[in-house]
Amino acid sequence: MDKTVADLARAVAPITDGASIMIGGFGSSGIPFGLIDALCAQGTTGLTVISNNAGAGETGIATLLKAGRVAKVICSYPRTPGSIWFERRYEAGEVALEVVPQGTLAERIRAAGAGLGGFLTPTAYGTRLAEGKETRVIDGRGYVLEAPLHADFALVRAARGDRYGNLSYHATARNFNPVMAMGAAHTIAEVRHLASEPLDPETVITPGIFVQSVVEYGVRP
Amino acid sequence: MKSLSDSALAARVAQDIPDGSYVNLGIGKPTHVSAHLPEGREVLYQSENGLLGVGPVPPTGAEDPELIDASKRFVTPATGAAYFDQTDSFAMMRGGHIDIAVLGAYQVAENGDLANWATLDEKYPPAVGGAMDLVVGVPTILVMMRHVNRDGSPKLLKTCSFPLTGLGVVSRVYTDLAVLDVTPAGFRLVELAPGNSLDAVQALTEATILT
Repeated sequence: MDKTVADLARAVAPITDGASIMIGGFGSSGIPFGLIDALCAQGTTGLTVISNNAGAGETGIATLLKAGRVAKVICSYPRTPGSIWFERRYEAGEVALEVVPQGTLAERIRAAGAGLGGFLTPTAYGTRLAEGKETRVIDGRGYVLEAPLHADFALVRAARGDRYGNLSYHATARNFNPVMAMGAAHTIAEVRHLASEPLDPETVITPGIFVQSVVEYGVRP
Repeated sequence: MKSLSDSALAARVAQDIPDGSYVNLGIGKPTHVSAHLPEGREVLYQSENGLLGVGPVPPTGAEDPELIDASKRFVTPATGAAYFDQTDSFAMMRGGHIDIAVLGAYQVAENGDLANWATLDEKYPPAVGGAMDLVVGVPTILVMMRHVNRDGSPKLLKTCSFPLTGLGVVSRVYTDLAVLDVTPAGFRLVELAPGNSLDAVQALTEATILT
Protein backbone atom coordinates (compact mmCIF):
# COMPACT_ATOMS: atom_id res chain seq x y z
CA MET A 1 0.00 0.00 0.00
CA ASP A 2 1.40 3.38 -1.01
CA LYS A 3 -0.80 6.50 -0.95
CA THR A 4 2.00 8.97 -1.62
CA VAL A 5 1.66 11.27 -4.61
CA ALA A 6 4.69 12.93 -6.21
CA ASP A 7 3.50 16.53 -6.22
CA LEU A 8 0.66 18.89 -5.27
CA ALA A 9 -0.68 19.21 -8.83
CA ARG A 10 -1.15 15.45 -9.13
CA ALA A 11 -2.76 15.32 -5.69
CA VAL A 12 -5.53 17.80 -6.60
CA ALA A 13 -6.04 16.52 -10.18
CA PRO A 14 -9.13 14.41 -9.25
CA ILE A 15 -11.01 17.56 -8.10
CA THR A 16 -13.49 18.70 -10.75
CA ASP A 17 -15.72 21.77 -11.23
CA GLY A 18 -18.64 21.98 -8.81
CA ALA A 19 -17.02 19.76 -6.17
CA SER A 20 -17.67 20.20 -2.44
CA ILE A 21 -14.40 20.49 -0.52
CA MET A 22 -13.65 20.50 3.19
CA ILE A 23 -10.55 22.54 3.97
CA GLY A 24 -8.85 22.11 7.36
CA GLY A 25 -7.48 24.93 9.46
CA PHE A 26 -8.45 27.54 12.02
CA GLY A 27 -7.19 31.07 11.53
CA SER A 28 -3.78 30.67 9.91
CA SER A 29 -3.05 27.39 11.66
CA GLY A 30 -3.27 23.94 10.01
CA ILE A 31 -4.29 25.21 6.57
CA PRO A 32 -3.15 23.13 3.55
CA PHE A 33 -1.76 26.17 1.73
CA GLY A 34 0.12 24.08 -0.86
CA LEU A 35 -2.95 22.09 -1.92
CA ILE A 36 -5.11 25.23 -2.10
CA ASP A 37 -2.56 26.97 -4.35
CA ALA A 38 -2.37 23.89 -6.59
CA LEU A 39 -6.18 23.73 -6.80
CA CYS A 40 -6.29 27.41 -7.74
CA ALA A 41 -3.60 26.91 -10.40
CA GLN A 42 -5.61 24.00 -11.81
CA GLY A 43 -8.51 26.37 -12.53
CA THR A 44 -11.25 24.27 -10.89
CA THR A 45 -14.34 26.41 -10.27
CA GLY A 46 -17.89 26.42 -8.89
CA LEU A 47 -16.63 24.99 -5.60
CA THR A 48 -18.49 24.62 -2.31
CA VAL A 49 -15.93 25.24 0.42
CA ILE A 50 -16.56 23.87 3.91
CA SER A 51 -14.17 25.33 6.48
CA ASN A 52 -14.20 27.16 9.82
CA ASN A 53 -13.19 30.51 8.33
CA ALA A 54 -13.36 32.02 4.84
CA GLY A 55 -9.75 33.04 4.41
CA ALA A 56 -7.81 36.18 5.28
CA GLY A 57 -5.39 38.35 3.35
CA GLU A 58 -4.37 36.92 -0.01
CA THR A 59 -3.60 33.34 1.06
CA GLY A 60 -5.44 30.07 1.65
CA ILE A 61 -9.18 30.14 0.93
CA ALA A 62 -8.88 33.86 0.08
CA THR A 63 -6.85 32.81 -3.00
CA LEU A 64 -9.81 30.78 -4.29
CA LEU A 65 -12.30 33.56 -3.48
CA LYS A 66 -10.13 36.19 -5.17
CA ALA A 67 -9.93 34.03 -8.32
CA GLY A 68 -13.74 33.63 -8.34
CA ARG A 69 -13.68 29.85 -7.91
CA VAL A 70 -16.05 29.60 -4.94
CA ALA A 71 -19.83 29.40 -5.37
CA LYS A 72 -20.67 28.71 -1.73
CA VAL A 73 -19.01 28.85 1.68
CA ILE A 74 -20.23 26.76 4.62
CA CYS A 75 -18.44 27.94 7.77
CA SER A 76 -18.85 29.19 11.34
CA TYR A 77 -16.86 32.41 11.23
CA PRO A 78 -16.41 34.03 7.80
CA ARG A 79 -15.55 37.47 9.13
CA THR A 80 -12.03 37.67 10.52
CA PRO A 81 -9.50 40.51 10.44
CA GLY A 82 -8.36 40.68 6.81
CA SER A 83 -11.19 38.57 5.31
CA ILE A 84 -11.44 41.11 2.48
CA TRP A 85 -11.97 38.69 -0.40
CA PHE A 86 -14.83 36.90 1.28
CA GLU A 87 -16.49 40.20 2.23
CA ARG A 88 -16.06 41.59 -1.30
CA ARG A 89 -17.60 38.48 -2.95
CA TYR A 90 -20.37 38.32 -0.33
CA GLU A 91 -21.36 41.98 -0.72
CA ALA A 92 -21.44 41.55 -4.51
CA GLY A 93 -23.72 38.52 -4.14
CA GLU A 94 -21.14 36.32 -5.87
CA VAL A 95 -20.80 33.76 -3.08
CA ALA A 96 -23.53 32.06 -1.04
CA LEU A 97 -23.01 31.69 2.71
CA GLU A 98 -24.29 29.10 5.17
CA VAL A 99 -23.30 29.93 8.75
CA VAL A 100 -23.14 26.90 11.05
CA PRO A 101 -22.19 26.99 14.76
CA GLN A 102 -18.63 25.72 15.08
CA GLY A 103 -19.42 22.68 17.21
CA THR A 104 -22.35 21.76 14.98
CA LEU A 105 -20.09 22.09 11.92
CA ALA A 106 -17.55 19.69 13.44
CA GLU A 107 -20.23 17.23 14.56
CA ARG A 108 -22.08 17.29 11.20
CA ILE A 109 -18.79 16.39 9.51
CA ARG A 110 -18.17 13.67 12.09
CA ALA A 111 -21.69 12.29 11.56
CA ALA A 112 -20.94 12.01 7.83
CA GLY A 113 -17.69 10.19 8.51
CA ALA A 114 -19.18 7.95 11.18
CA GLY A 115 -22.16 6.84 9.10
CA LEU A 116 -24.79 8.58 11.23
CA GLY A 117 -28.05 9.98 9.91
CA GLY A 118 -27.73 13.13 12.02
CA PHE A 119 -27.84 14.12 15.69
CA LEU A 120 -29.78 16.21 18.19
CA THR A 121 -27.92 19.19 19.64
CA PRO A 122 -29.05 21.89 22.08
CA THR A 123 -26.89 24.38 20.16
CA ALA A 124 -28.89 27.12 18.37
CA TYR A 125 -32.23 25.91 19.78
CA GLY A 126 -34.68 28.83 19.67
CA THR A 127 -32.39 30.96 17.49
CA ARG A 128 -32.44 32.02 13.84
CA LEU A 129 -29.95 29.26 12.95
CA ALA A 130 -32.52 26.62 13.90
CA GLU A 131 -35.34 28.07 11.79
CA GLY A 132 -36.94 25.47 9.53
CA LYS A 133 -35.22 22.59 11.30
CA GLU A 134 -36.87 19.73 13.14
CA THR A 135 -36.71 20.07 16.93
CA ARG A 136 -37.41 17.83 19.91
CA VAL A 137 -37.76 18.36 23.63
CA ILE A 138 -36.05 15.65 25.69
CA ASP A 139 -36.25 15.74 29.51
CA GLY A 140 -37.42 19.34 29.29
CA ARG A 141 -34.56 20.53 27.11
CA GLY A 142 -34.85 21.66 23.48
CA TYR A 143 -32.72 20.09 20.74
CA VAL A 144 -32.26 20.74 17.01
CA LEU A 145 -31.93 17.88 14.51
CA GLU A 146 -28.80 18.43 12.43
CA ALA A 147 -27.96 16.49 9.27
CA PRO A 148 -24.60 14.95 8.36
CA LEU A 149 -22.41 17.13 6.15
CA HIS A 150 -20.72 15.16 3.38
CA ALA A 151 -18.11 16.40 0.93
CA ASP A 152 -16.47 15.06 -2.21
CA PHE A 153 -12.98 16.00 -1.02
CA ALA A 154 -11.07 17.10 2.06
CA LEU A 155 -7.80 19.00 1.93
CA VAL A 156 -5.95 18.58 5.23
CA ARG A 157 -2.58 19.63 6.62
CA ALA A 158 -0.54 17.47 8.99
CA ALA A 159 2.95 17.62 10.48
CA ARG A 160 3.90 14.05 9.59
CA GLY A 161 2.53 11.34 7.39
CA ASP A 162 3.52 7.93 6.03
CA ARG A 163 2.71 5.92 2.90
CA TYR A 164 -0.28 4.30 4.64
CA GLY A 165 -1.90 7.73 5.07
CA ASN A 166 -1.40 7.81 8.85
CA LEU A 167 -1.11 11.40 10.09
CA SER A 168 0.07 13.27 13.17
CA TYR A 169 -0.28 16.97 13.85
CA HIS A 170 1.49 19.84 15.57
CA ALA A 171 -0.09 21.92 18.38
CA THR A 172 -3.31 23.77 17.40
CA ALA A 173 -2.86 22.91 13.71
CA ARG A 174 -4.92 19.78 14.41
CA ASN A 175 -8.30 21.60 14.70
CA PHE A 176 -10.69 20.43 11.91
CA ASN A 177 -8.16 18.29 10.04
CA PRO A 178 -8.85 14.86 11.62
CA VAL A 179 -12.64 15.13 11.46
CA MET A 180 -12.59 16.39 7.87
CA ALA A 181 -10.30 13.53 6.86
CA MET A 182 -13.03 11.25 8.20
CA GLY A 183 -15.96 13.14 6.66
CA ALA A 184 -14.98 13.41 3.00
CA ALA A 185 -15.16 10.75 0.30
CA HIS A 186 -11.60 11.49 -0.87
CA THR A 187 -9.08 13.03 1.52
CA ILE A 188 -5.84 14.56 0.33
CA ALA A 189 -3.24 15.18 3.04
CA GLU A 190 -0.47 17.73 2.70
CA VAL A 191 2.28 16.78 5.17
CA ARG A 192 5.24 18.82 6.26
CA HIS A 193 7.34 15.70 6.55
CA LEU A 194 6.71 12.43 4.72
CA ALA A 195 8.29 9.78 6.91
CA SER A 196 10.23 7.01 5.16
CA GLU A 197 9.28 4.58 7.94
CA PRO A 198 5.67 4.07 9.14
CA LEU A 199 4.65 6.36 12.03
CA ASP A 200 4.70 4.89 15.53
CA PRO A 201 1.09 3.65 15.97
CA GLU A 202 0.94 5.38 19.39
CA THR A 203 1.47 8.77 17.71
CA VAL A 204 -1.09 8.36 14.90
CA ILE A 205 -3.99 10.81 15.30
CA THR A 206 -5.66 10.17 11.92
CA PRO A 207 -5.58 6.48 10.95
CA GLY A 208 -4.63 6.05 7.29
CA ILE A 209 -7.97 4.47 6.38
CA PHE A 210 -9.44 8.00 6.29
CA VAL A 211 -6.81 9.29 3.83
CA GLN A 212 -6.66 8.57 0.09
CA SER A 213 -3.47 10.41 -0.85
CA VAL A 214 -0.46 11.99 0.85
CA VAL A 215 1.83 14.62 -0.61
CA GLU A 216 4.87 16.21 1.01
CA TYR A 217 4.95 20.00 1.20
CA GLY A 218 7.80 20.98 3.49
CA VAL A 219 7.08 24.69 3.60
CA ARG A 220 6.28 25.82 7.10
CA PRO A 221 3.38 28.31 7.01
CA MET B 1 -20.01 58.95 34.97
CA LYS B 2 -16.86 57.16 35.95
CA SER B 3 -16.06 54.37 33.52
CA LEU B 4 -13.71 51.46 34.30
CA SER B 5 -10.85 50.96 31.81
CA ASP B 6 -10.80 47.70 29.83
CA SER B 7 -7.98 46.40 31.98
CA ALA B 8 -9.75 47.32 35.25
CA LEU B 9 -12.87 45.56 33.93
CA ALA B 10 -10.82 42.46 33.05
CA ALA B 11 -9.34 42.51 36.57
CA ARG B 12 -12.84 42.73 38.10
CA VAL B 13 -14.02 39.67 36.13
CA ALA B 14 -10.85 37.78 37.07
CA GLN B 15 -11.71 38.19 40.78
CA ASP B 16 -14.72 35.90 40.24
CA ILE B 17 -12.82 33.04 38.56
CA PRO B 18 -12.33 30.38 41.27
CA ASP B 19 -9.16 28.34 41.74
CA GLY B 20 -9.25 25.07 39.80
CA SER B 21 -11.72 26.21 37.13
CA TYR B 22 -11.79 25.35 33.43
CA VAL B 23 -12.60 28.60 31.65
CA ASN B 24 -13.27 29.63 28.05
CA LEU B 25 -12.49 33.26 27.24
CA GLY B 26 -14.28 34.68 24.19
CA ILE B 27 -12.45 36.66 21.55
CA GLY B 28 -11.74 40.36 22.09
CA LYS B 29 -11.93 41.91 25.57
CA PRO B 30 -12.49 38.64 27.51
CA THR B 31 -9.07 37.41 26.31
CA HIS B 32 -7.45 39.85 28.77
CA VAL B 33 -9.07 38.34 31.87
CA SER B 34 -6.35 35.69 32.28
CA ALA B 35 -3.62 38.34 32.71
CA HIS B 36 -5.41 39.61 35.83
CA LEU B 37 -6.03 36.33 37.67
CA PRO B 38 -5.23 36.85 41.39
CA GLU B 39 -2.03 35.12 42.56
CA GLY B 40 -2.32 31.65 43.99
CA ARG B 41 -5.14 30.45 41.72
CA GLU B 42 -4.57 27.79 39.07
CA VAL B 43 -7.03 27.99 36.18
CA LEU B 44 -6.90 26.19 32.82
CA TYR B 45 -8.16 28.25 29.88
CA GLN B 46 -9.74 26.43 26.96
CA SER B 47 -9.22 27.79 23.47
CA GLU B 48 -11.89 26.33 21.15
CA ASN B 49 -9.43 25.72 18.31
CA GLY B 50 -7.91 22.87 20.30
CA LEU B 51 -5.89 23.88 23.36
CA LEU B 52 -6.75 23.35 27.02
CA GLY B 53 -4.22 25.37 29.02
CA VAL B 54 -3.56 28.63 27.16
CA GLY B 55 -0.28 30.11 28.37
CA PRO B 56 1.27 33.55 27.92
CA VAL B 57 2.05 35.18 24.58
CA PRO B 58 5.57 34.11 23.47
CA PRO B 59 8.44 36.59 23.15
CA THR B 60 8.97 38.15 19.72
CA GLY B 61 10.82 35.72 17.47
CA ALA B 62 9.62 32.64 19.37
CA GLU B 63 6.09 32.54 17.87
CA ASP B 64 4.84 29.23 16.48
CA PRO B 65 2.37 29.88 13.62
CA GLU B 66 0.69 26.58 14.44
CA LEU B 67 0.12 27.50 18.09
CA ILE B 68 -2.62 30.14 18.34
CA ASP B 69 -5.70 30.86 20.43
CA ALA B 70 -9.28 31.49 19.27
CA SER B 71 -8.49 35.20 18.80
CA LYS B 72 -5.68 34.08 16.42
CA ARG B 73 -3.01 35.40 18.80
CA PHE B 74 0.26 33.48 19.12
CA VAL B 75 0.28 31.73 22.51
CA THR B 76 2.24 29.12 24.46
CA PRO B 77 0.94 25.99 26.21
CA ALA B 78 0.51 26.39 29.98
CA THR B 79 1.80 23.72 32.36
CA GLY B 80 -0.64 20.81 32.17
CA ALA B 81 -1.91 21.76 28.69
CA ALA B 82 -3.41 19.39 26.09
CA TYR B 83 -4.09 19.60 22.34
CA PHE B 84 -7.17 18.06 20.73
CA ASP B 85 -9.39 18.26 17.66
CA GLN B 86 -12.65 20.15 17.11
CA THR B 87 -15.03 17.35 18.06
CA ASP B 88 -13.33 16.95 21.47
CA SER B 89 -13.19 20.71 21.89
CA PHE B 90 -16.94 21.09 21.45
CA ALA B 91 -17.69 17.99 23.52
CA MET B 92 -15.95 19.85 26.37
CA MET B 93 -18.35 22.77 25.88
CA ARG B 94 -21.68 21.11 25.06
CA GLY B 95 -21.02 18.25 27.45
CA GLY B 96 -20.85 20.59 30.44
CA HIS B 97 -17.16 20.04 31.21
CA ILE B 98 -16.14 23.71 31.05
CA ASP B 99 -17.08 25.62 34.22
CA ILE B 100 -17.20 29.25 33.08
CA ALA B 101 -17.25 31.17 29.79
CA VAL B 102 -16.60 34.90 29.56
CA LEU B 103 -18.12 36.42 26.42
CA GLY B 104 -18.60 39.80 24.80
CA ALA B 105 -22.11 40.91 23.78
CA TYR B 106 -24.04 43.30 21.60
CA GLN B 107 -27.09 43.04 23.86
CA VAL B 108 -28.22 41.25 27.02
CA ALA B 109 -31.89 41.10 28.07
CA GLU B 110 -33.20 41.03 31.64
CA ASN B 111 -34.24 37.37 31.22
CA GLY B 112 -30.64 36.38 30.37
CA ASP B 113 -31.06 36.25 26.59
CA LEU B 114 -27.76 36.96 24.82
CA ALA B 115 -27.18 38.53 21.38
CA ASN B 116 -23.55 38.53 20.28
CA TRP B 117 -23.30 36.99 16.79
CA ALA B 118 -25.32 38.99 14.27
CA THR B 119 -26.66 42.51 13.86
CA LEU B 120 -29.68 43.64 11.84
CA ASP B 121 -27.40 44.86 9.01
CA GLU B 122 -27.95 42.32 6.22
CA LYS B 123 -24.90 43.53 4.27
CA TYR B 124 -22.66 42.54 7.15
CA PRO B 125 -21.97 38.77 7.08
CA PRO B 126 -22.88 37.09 10.39
CA ALA B 127 -20.19 35.09 12.22
CA VAL B 128 -21.19 32.74 15.04
CA GLY B 129 -18.05 30.69 15.74
CA GLY B 130 -18.42 28.69 18.96
CA ALA B 131 -20.68 31.13 20.83
CA MET B 132 -23.92 29.13 20.46
CA ASP B 133 -22.21 25.91 21.58
CA LEU B 134 -20.68 27.60 24.63
CA VAL B 135 -23.90 29.14 25.91
CA VAL B 136 -25.87 25.87 25.81
CA GLY B 137 -23.20 23.79 27.52
CA VAL B 138 -21.30 25.96 29.98
CA PRO B 139 -23.22 26.40 33.25
CA THR B 140 -21.88 29.88 34.09
CA ILE B 141 -21.90 32.48 31.30
CA LEU B 142 -20.32 35.80 32.28
CA VAL B 143 -20.72 38.73 29.91
CA MET B 144 -18.13 41.49 29.77
CA MET B 145 -18.98 44.62 27.76
CA ARG B 146 -19.36 48.40 27.71
CA HIS B 147 -22.57 49.50 29.44
CA VAL B 148 -23.83 51.39 26.36
CA ASN B 149 -23.12 51.49 22.61
CA ARG B 150 -20.84 54.13 21.07
CA ASP B 151 -23.91 56.23 20.25
CA GLY B 152 -25.04 56.03 23.89
CA SER B 153 -27.92 53.61 23.25
CA PRO B 154 -28.44 50.92 25.89
CA LYS B 155 -27.14 47.33 25.63
CA LEU B 156 -28.92 46.06 28.75
CA LEU B 157 -32.48 45.69 27.51
CA LYS B 158 -35.95 44.38 28.34
CA THR B 159 -35.82 42.31 25.13
CA CYS B 160 -32.95 41.85 22.64
CA SER B 161 -33.61 43.30 19.19
CA PHE B 162 -30.67 41.50 17.54
CA PRO B 163 -30.78 37.76 16.67
CA LEU B 164 -30.19 35.65 19.78
CA THR B 165 -27.15 33.51 20.51
CA GLY B 166 -28.91 31.72 23.36
CA LEU B 167 -32.07 32.00 25.45
CA GLY B 168 -31.83 32.81 29.16
CA VAL B 169 -28.17 31.83 29.35
CA VAL B 170 -26.39 34.79 30.98
CA SER B 171 -25.54 34.53 34.70
CA ARG B 172 -23.84 37.86 35.34
CA VAL B 173 -22.91 41.00 33.39
CA TYR B 174 -19.77 43.10 34.01
CA THR B 175 -19.75 46.55 32.44
CA ASP B 176 -17.57 49.61 32.85
CA LEU B 177 -20.26 51.03 35.16
CA ALA B 178 -21.71 48.11 37.14
CA VAL B 179 -21.86 44.40 37.90
CA LEU B 180 -25.36 42.92 37.57
CA ASP B 181 -26.71 39.44 38.25
CA VAL B 182 -29.43 37.99 36.04
CA THR B 183 -32.17 36.74 38.39
CA PRO B 184 -35.66 35.35 37.72
CA ALA B 185 -36.95 38.89 38.51
CA GLY B 186 -34.47 40.66 36.22
CA PHE B 187 -31.11 42.45 36.60
CA ARG B 188 -30.05 42.79 40.24
CA LEU B 189 -27.26 45.18 41.22
CA VAL B 190 -24.14 43.53 42.64
CA GLU B 191 -21.99 46.65 42.70
CA LEU B 192 -21.44 49.98 40.98
CA ALA B 193 -18.06 50.92 39.54
CA PRO B 194 -16.46 53.43 41.93
CA GLY B 195 -17.76 56.98 41.53
CA ASN B 196 -21.16 56.13 40.00
CA SER B 197 -24.70 56.44 41.33
CA LEU B 198 -27.50 53.95 40.75
CA ASP B 199 -29.71 56.68 39.25
CA ALA B 200 -27.08 57.61 36.67
CA VAL B 201 -26.47 53.96 35.70
CA GLN B 202 -30.21 53.22 35.58
CA ALA B 203 -30.64 56.14 33.16
CA LEU B 204 -28.29 54.34 30.74
CA THR B 205 -30.10 51.00 31.13
CA GLU B 206 -33.37 50.15 29.38
CA ALA B 207 -34.23 47.32 31.78
CA THR B 208 -34.96 48.03 35.44
CA ILE B 209 -32.06 47.46 37.84
CA LEU B 210 -33.26 45.80 41.07
CA THR B 211 -31.45 46.38 44.34
